[in-house]
Amino acid sequence: MTSLVADTRVVFSRELRPVIRDPFSVIFSMVQPLFFLGLFAPLLPGDSSLQWFVPGIIVMSCLFGSSMTGSNLLFEMQTGSHERMLVTPLRRPALLIGRALKEIVPMLAQAALIVAVCVPFGFELHLGGALLGLVILAGFCIGLGALSYTLALSSKNRDWMFWTVQQTLLFPLLLLAGVLLPIENGPGWLQALSKANPMTYVVNAERALFNGDVWARSTAEGLVAAAAVGLLGLVVGVRAMKRSD
Amino acid sequence: MIETRELTKHFKEVRAVDGVDLSVARGELVALLGPNGAGKSTTLRMLTTLIPPTSGHAEVAGFDVVRQQREVRLRIGYIGQGNGAGHSQRGRDELISQGRAYGMRVPAARARADELIASLGLGEVANRAVSTLSGGQRRRLDIAMGLIHAPELLFLDEPSTGLDPQNRANLQEHIVRLRAEHGTTIVLTTHYLEEADSMAERVVVIDHGRIIADDTPQRLKATHVGDRVILGFASAHEAGEAARTAGGEQRGAEVRITSDDGPRLAARLAGSLAPVSIEVIRPTLDDVFLTLTGRSLREDATTLEPALVEA
Repeated sequence: MTSLVADTRVVFSRELRPVIRDPFSVIFSMVQPLFFLGLFAPLLPGDSSLQWFVPGIIVMSCLFGSSMTGSNLLFEMQTGSHERMLVTPLRRPALLIGRALKEIVPMLAQAALIVAVCVPFGFELHLGGALLGLVILAGFCIGLGALSYTLALSSKNRDWMFWTVQQTLLFPLLLLAGVLLPIENGPGWLQALSKANPMTYVVNAERALFNGDVWARSTAEGLVAAAAVGLLGLVVGVRAMKRSD
Repeated sequence: MIETRELTKHFKEVRAVDGVDLSVARGELVALLGPNGAGKSTTLRMLTTLIPPTSGHAEVAGFDVVRQQREVRLRIGYIGQGNGAGHSQRGRDELISQGRAYGMRVPAARARADELIASLGLGEVANRAVSTLSGGQRRRLDIAMGLIHAPELLFLDEPSTGLDPQNRANLQEHIVRLRAEHGTTIVLTTHYLEEADSMAERVVVIDHGRIIADDTPQRLKATHVGDRVILGFASAHEAGEAARTAGGEQRGAEVRITSDDGPRLAARLAGSLAPVSIEVIRPTLDDVFLTLTGRSLREDATTLEPALVEA
């Protein structure tokens, strides 16, 4: 087990290194959620709209980033570096877990950036709740990242498949989680779909937690949903990685 | 070092590798030669634990490639057809994480990386992003990564494909030197005849997933093709007489004789028959392949894209 941890650390730090070497590439990719904050949030009614909107946007940026991360593996499968790593004694689960864990880092950076930008505009930060919110989000983005890598592994030699599936799933997940507009006023079927979307519970939990409401039922639901996505991602991802060649 | 029995790989209906029995001793430098799609890379991929065989058995460095993958992986180095270093990474970083992947501690991995960077002439580019390196530089980095843990057995899959002649020569020199200095066992695949001819002391010719010949380049040529000695005479009449005495085939004022040692025969006949000209044509490995299969390796090598066929 300790050697699995050591192998995971090797993969994790390899994945993280380009990010550390060239932080601007990450900062640049984080600009997108800021457009939603700048160009969409002002359209929302009510004074406390920012308080409602910002946690959702943090989850959204995690969804965008983590779901795309498989494309890095896809590229490494084409160039040959994935193959090179498969011939090393690194344990197969580590090849996936190390990569998926790395997703936490850009997620934290994005969350910090979004909060920093929003506080001057009246966003109230409740630190304790926010930190617990980030723990939940970490589980969620590990799972999303792992699923994205799984998709990459099964799209070997067919990048179009990766992008088609990723793009097809991205917006339903986002819209049904009620990130941009509340679901409560929607028709019944839409609410039913929303309840089937694990991201809904994560978004609800983040909203409560970022408002300092730690002991809400939504916190537990969010934790369970994020843990379920995280676990599911790792299980299917490790299985896919073991079959990779 | 390598022992396979009836090693077989089927991809759906295609028998990519069809019952290969191969045994490689410690310290050998073996080239697997064959046209694209012959099964060379598939064989290599099974020996390096990348894909499981459909049937048959293979032991590499003393361990089973299916049941003891980790033991095999710890002992071999592999340089694939692609580039091993991630394009967004720096060369030195990749070398160090490669060393860590083999269980080296950071200081040891760093020291070994420095050593390889120096010996492969990568000093100026090791701190640059891999995507900015030239093809030859990337290939040298690949070699450095394959050697980070000083493996006793090194596999190279089409190592010089896509390199210009100068870089190809450079690469071959590194491989030969590596063997001379460390006694590393080396198995490489190639469809470059000259490469197999000049580097390997043992060439395994593969076609349609089977081994069709296995020997030193010299003996392959002598056994399957032979040298051709062409003696020129002043007249067809003289040539006719020479053909009667020495054997061989007369063509006008020329006599052609096939021999497994052309230069020696030529020297002998030069004295006894007094021809006006002598030419000795030594066969290439392509002639060997042509004799064995009726096809030339050369046309194949130029018309097909290796990555597409053997992926």
